[in-house]
Amino acid sequence: MPGTYLPSEYLPVLIFIMIATAFGLGALLIGMIFRLKRPYYEKLMPYESGITPTGETRTRFAIRFYIIAMLFVVFDVEAIFIYPWAVVFDKIGIYAFIEMVIFIVILFIGYIYAWKKEAFQWD
Amino acid sequence: MTPEIDALIKFGINVLIIIIKIAVVLGVGLLHVAYATYFERKVIGHMQVRLGPMRVGPHGLLQPFADGLKLFFKEDILPDKADKPVFYLAPVIFMAAAMVNLSVIPFASNFVIANLNVGLLFVLAMAGIGVYGIFISGWASNSKYAFIGGLRSSAQVISYEIAMGLSLVGVMIMAGSLNLTDIVRAQQESIYGMYAIPQIVAFIVFTIAAVAETNRTPFDLPEAESELVAGYFTEYSGFRFALFFLGEYIAMFIMASMATVCFLGGWTLPWYITEVIPFINYVPGIVWFLMKVYAFIFFYYWIRATVPRYRYDQLMKIGWKILIPIALANILVTGLVKILI
Repeated sequence: MPGTYLPSEYLPVLIFIMIATAFGLGALLIGMIFRLKRPYYEKLMPYESGITPTGETRTRFAIRFYIIAMLFVVFDVEAIFIYPWAVVFDKIGIYAFIEMVIFIVILFIGYIYAWKKEAFQWD
Repeated sequence: MTPEIDALIKFGINVLIIIIKIAVVLGVGLLHVAYATYFERKVIGHMQVRLGPMRVGPHGLLQPFADGLKLFFKEDILPDKADKPVFYLAPVIFMAAAMVNLSVIPFASNFVIANLNVGLLFVLAMAGIGVYGIFISGWASNSKYAFIGGLRSSAQVISYEIAMGLSLVGVMIMAGSLNLTDIVRAQQESIYGMYAIPQIVAFIVFTIAAVAETNRTPFDLPEAESELVAGYFTEYSGFRFALFFLGEYIAMFIMASMATVCFLGGWTLPWYITEVIPFINYVPGIVWFLMKVYAFIFFYYWIRATVPRYRYDQLMKIGWKILIPIALANILVTGLVKILI
């Protein structure tokens, strides 16, 4: 029947997520009873090699990280497009192969462009 | 009894069976983590001509429990400036994201908790969720070391995730499935017996990416002790630190399992071994599975004891300029070979 599909094989995954989260939180909560707690001002300071922290933590950081994140989105989405193609590769044959060659070549041009723009350069 | 109640009871029994299975896997997983740390310290100790832990129990066999108890009773320091709710949550996210992967790993021919038709994709997706744990902890700690460590680590993990995802495409083409059980079966039926032989290039790319994904040496820059103290979990102490530790070792187990399932034939042995030594078929599949996994984990420790750490620019260069082109070329070659044969 259409519309009544229940992804029942995902039920164990759901239960597993709940149990794993409960394990983490539970161990922390139970541990609260046993562990000692003696906070004082110096102990609660952010660690900075034993000296008083100076300046802001969340300042500007290298633009490279943004570029890497953007490139990741491009390449990961492209990988997601390749997966279904790879799975049905046997059934479609030569036609799918030529299409994928075109897809990867286009992607590769973008890749070379990013390389030439020194997006992967860290210095 | 009405059919509704009957169905409900059936559902309840199903859930109970699932919970029992999960409890078994989780218990074995935690025991694995305990002894993986012991194994690591012993292996590295002996490689450096030391004995490793020897004091707690015979040959230090109870050391993991002593460590675990110590971490459990340690004070849980909550830094003043931290974003408290997020700081609390980050280790749980990291650990849970790693642990959930255990549900899709086929340990033996009929033992898998959730036989998803997109198992491989699920593992890659959960690796992506793990990055949230890393980045959130780095951000919420409000400490410079943690912040830089979190940034570095997330950039590293997402970079190598691409290479890893692309290296697995060759396996998908050969097996024609994303279901991990099907991938193992396809390997057993193929003439190679395991995909590590035809997909050797992908296997090497995968191995390098797996080491980088789990932030292990020689790619452990996020935790480079000499410059970043401990990286993203600098501010974590006690059991919260233990959760990060747990997540990391479970993630190593997952990566080793993925290598076993996708490249080394999972719980099966190649036909050219079973034909020659027929009685080997009586050994249960889980034994082979665990042997392959631990061989891969031993490899992790081996390179940790051997290879020095890379610089960050070298790390990015390996990921983006070497592994990704190789993985892409591997996809095309695999497709071409598949068309021709």
